[in-house]
Amino acid sequence: MKQTLAQKVVARAAGRSTVTPGEIVTCKVDLAMVHDSSGPRRLKPMLERLGAKVWDPTKVVVITDHYLPEYDDESRKILRIARDWVREAGIDNFYDAQGICHVVLPERGHLRPGMFAVGGDSHSPTGGAFAAYMFGVGATEMLGVMVTGEIWLKVPHTIAIEFDGAFAPGVSAKDVMLFLIARYGMDGGQYQAVEYRGPAIRKLPMQERMTLCNMTAELGGQTGLIASDDVTRDYLQREVEIWDSDADAPLLAHHRFRADELPPQVAAPHSPANTRPVSDFDQRIDLAYIGACTGAKLADLRMAAAVLRGRKARAKLIVAPASLRDQQTAEGEGTLQVLLDAGAELLANSCGMCAGYGQHQLGENTVAISTTARNFKGRMGAASAQVYLASPYTVAASAVTGRITDPRGMLQ
Amino acid sequence: MKAWVFGDNVDTDVIAPGRYMKYGIDEIARHCMEALEPAFAASVRKGDVVVAGRNFGAGSSREQAPEALKHLGVAALIAESYAGLFYRNAINLGLPALVCAQAKRIRAGDHIAVDLDAGRIDNRTSGETLAAEPVPAFLLQIVRDGGLLAHLEKRLRGERASA
Ligand code: SF4
Repeated sequence: MKQTLAQKVVARAAGRSTVTPGEIVTCKVDLAMVHDSSGPRRLKPMLERLGAKVWDPTKVVVITDHYLPEYDDESRKILRIARDWVREAGIDNFYDAQGICHVVLPERGHLRPGMFAVGGDSHSPTGGAFAAYMFGVGATEMLGVMVTGEIWLKVPHTIAIEFDGAFAPGVSAKDVMLFLIARYGMDGGQYQAVEYRGPAIRKLPMQERMTLCNMTAELGGQTGLIASDDVTRDYLQREVEIWDSDADAPLLAHHRFRADELPPQVAAPHSPANTRPVSDFDQRIDLAYIGACTGAKLADLRMAAAVLRGRKARAKLIVAPASLRDQQTAEGEGTLQVLLDAGAELLANSCGMCAGYGQHQLGENTVAISTTARNFKGRMGAASAQVYLASPYTVAASAVTGRITDPRGMLQ
Repeated sequence: MKAWVFGDNVDTDVIAPGRYMKYGIDEIARHCMEALEPAFAASVRKGDVVVAGRNFGAGSSREQAPEALKHLGVAALIAESYAGLFYRNAINLGLPALVCAQAKRIRAGDHIAVDLDAGRIDNRTSGETLAAEPVPAFLLQIVRDGGLLAHLEKRLRGERASA
């Protein structure tokens, strides 16, 4: 039986040779990731109530990112619980204040092709960029995994999205996803597996692939996947198994696009599905935010720098690099200095303004353009704030002019 | 049970706003749905149902979203479809979530009765009966046990007793 990449990984985790879409199987979990918000503070009391222990501490990764930097009693308490719990539970894979979970997890080598993984966060499909089957679960379901090491799954159908050719300069993974979300809707993925393929995808660097799989959450897929290849190997700096779909495995849908025809995209408030080409917008902005797992990795910072080099931001520009390591690399190569010279204010390597958990929030009626994944009403602060979503190129270009701006004329 | 009716793509940032996530469920629930319906949290009564269109619960995996609804006394959800992750969370917290293609026939304030086993929704106001998709038996069992935590507790107690 011909199998898709998603089916192959699920079958392996279910201890089967093949699986059929629609059937319900129980899978063994190779890796479970949690962060400070969904993780220890919720798991610890439930584990205590059950009198149970973590099934295998070596398979658990804990990363703090949502409530950093701590700024009040509540956030300090949440972080303290995380730090104490990893010690009690014997979890060595603990990354404290090292960056956003979806970026830190592969950066520290925890993902490998063919893995079956769960994360306590909706953007966990990011791991699919490494040909892993990874998806998000809530805290209670994570408790089930922590106790049993297993989880049930309705075997997904696969929706293949193929891009031929190559993306134009100034067009990025963020544009691809905003375009797809507008076209198919926030439930277009039907909670199935979305597989990105084709020559244009193959040419994308690893962190851009991560953005594609990450925003599969906004497309409504359970996970997004990309077959492993040399790019995967080079990023992980180790030999990897090749995991890919069989050539004629049955698909739920197969969408094909020409990459070179895609212009930069912008999502208007209050939904990522509210997307149109950048040229449709005539809009002033107050603030430009380059942050989040979808928008402030090293690759994203480089895109912003390609626009900002030698320019000054007219709008307020805030940059929160997605991981400490990425920030250090950006610093070493001069990318960070370009952003600072343009007038960027630097925030910590954490979720920052993205989900409105912390100290920095959008004020009443602020008009912002942001590299984050979601512009739901009130998410980043005041319900009256207006948030536009775009790529790091477009956000940087808009910061310079103070209006939503096509970055393609400003690339250097 | 009174129906509270919402539209398509209601997201978890609306159901459980991020800036209250650091607090306990009492405080989160007080702000449930406030960006769409400021009166909801204060006026919803135990046993009421929440009715929505497509893709209810889109966005963040925070299970405080179904938890807040349950905390406020919401007895069941009826929607054309759910975000997959939200659906799993609702079941895991013991909040029944029915999929009903005709959810939009229900009007705000209608008096609704839900029969989970039969997958039937009776609209006492309009006199109409709507069919819901059956919930797989093992998920229904989790809901009946009061959620995954209570379900696991039962299972672990059983394992220990037989060990
Ligand atoms: S940066 Fe934003 S989208 Fe990414 S994990 Fe943090 S809150 Fe979620």
